[in-house]
Amino acid sequence: MPAVPKIELAGVAKSFDANHVLKGVNLTVAPRESLVIIGTSGCGKSVLMKCLNGLIRPDTGSVKIEGKEVLDQGRAALEDLRQRFGMTFQFGALFDSLPIWENITFRLRHQQALSKAAARDIAAQTITQLGLAPSVIDQYPAELSGGMQKRVALARAIVDEPEILLFDEPTSGLDPITGGVIDRLIIDARKRLGATTVTISHDMASVRRIADKVAMLHNGVIIWAGSAANMSESGVPEVHQFVHGLSEGPLTNNWTIDQAGA
Amino acid sequence: MHGFVQNLGRTALNFFAALGHVSLFSIMAIRWIFTPPYYWQQLLRQIIDIGYYSLPVVGLTTLFSGMVLALQSYTGFARFSAEDTVATVVVLSVTRELGPVLAGLMVAGRIGASMAAEIGTMRVTDQIDALETLSTRPMQYLVAPRLLAGTICLPFLVLVGDVIGVFGGYLVGVYRLGFNPSVYLARTLEYLEVSDVTLGLIKAAVFGFLIALMGCYHGYHSGHGAQGVGRATTNAVVSASILILIANYVVTTIFFGG
Repeated sequence: MPAVPKIELAGVAKSFDANHVLKGVNLTVAPRESLVIIGTSGCGKSVLMKCLNGLIRPDTGSVKIEGKEVLDQGRAALEDLRQRFGMTFQFGALFDSLPIWENITFRLRHQQALSKAAARDIAAQTITQLGLAPSVIDQYPAELSGGMQKRVALARAIVDEPEILLFDEPTSGLDPITGGVIDRLIIDARKRLGATTVTISHDMASVRRIADKVAMLHNGVIIWAGSAANMSESGVPEVHQFVHGLSEGPLTNNWTIDQAGA
Repeated sequence: MHGFVQNLGRTALNFFAALGHVSLFSIMAIRWIFTPPYYWQQLLRQIIDIGYYSLPVVGLTTLFSGMVLALQSYTGFARFSAEDTVATVVVLSVTRELGPVLAGLMVAGRIGASMAAEIGTMRVTDQIDALETLSTRPMQYLVAPRLLAGTICLPFLVLVGDVIGVFGGYLVGVYRLGFNPSVYLARTLEYLEVSDVTLGLIKAAVFGFLIALMGCYHGYHSGHGAQGVGRATTNAVVSASILILIANYVVTTIFFGG
């Protein structure tokens, strides 16, 4: 009997007014698998990711976690489900008004009534694992560099050891060396937690490092999914153009037509 | 003509849609005020921000308003030899009307804008989505403490503003217009009733709720980018100021019995 996928999307569609962002996405992610979603800017990758943990409700389709439908659940059940997720956002989304230790232990503090001393200890331990000095926990997000903010966001996502990790462009805006460090931290965290991960990325070097499986979203549907090793031989012109960063090809042609029609 | 009617109809529909949105938003927020868990730290932070840091601006506004009121009413009443009613006019005007309205408008500018900007920035930088992913309800964590703090703090601010405004009138009355200090104080208290003060405080509580509601509502539904946050901030201040003036009339009418 085949294992139940950790995440399963079937026919997921979402529109914002007349803008049909997702037109029927089908996708499965196996337990402990690392899926990376690629696609051009604005193609709906972040919307798709937000559908996974119920931040955005699809208009139609099904989203299942371990075979259980997410969309049928009430608010309380959805909140319970979200405790199994850790998520980082493209621009960090750290809480400006809170110091780093409160950012990292936010859920633990509010859900488990953790004491301040215990929360600070946990934050210091987690941040040390991610290569930052423990003294960082008393600083505020605005005082940190982009790379440090990404690490803090990662710390917040993994601190309560979730089963599923969602990373929205974890290396965007970082230099290649810092991007490589973040990738290594993601791989380490995933191995340590035994988590299933879904990552959005444009950075092909990063995709090759962290992906078991890659899926390309284009025109609201998944046009190709396969192993990271097979990306270059996908046989799909859009994937070929994206993977090799070519300026000429079907993605650019579509873009030109869209712009002209706008 | 057809276009005019169409525009009028669309404007009316948009108005009622917005009214419905705000009403639902406020009902949800009030519900979360009374539902655990309670975010005491957030509430305390808001109380300090609204109640403590607004004191200087409210104090200065009411002080000078009380002083001007004493001068202006003296000028008017001197024309029919009723100068000795200046103290009574100052205290009744400040407690029933000027204290709550001026404090409300000043706090709307300071706090309404700051709430809309803070929550709007959180919206456009995904911090509100981040709260949801951390199993925290943004309405309960961000909106409910602000509404409660606004409703609690404004009456205290107005009470302090009332005292300062009356003191402003006293300073002008005694040192500029030559009233006897003890006579001025006696006149101040002679016709003042508890209901004058409580009416002002009830108004203040309503204004505090409306200011926080508009700040949170416009911030929560902020558009994208810096422009969206800027527009939310402007809308919060303008709508709160207009609602304060409307609510002022409504509350006054209710307590005058029509």
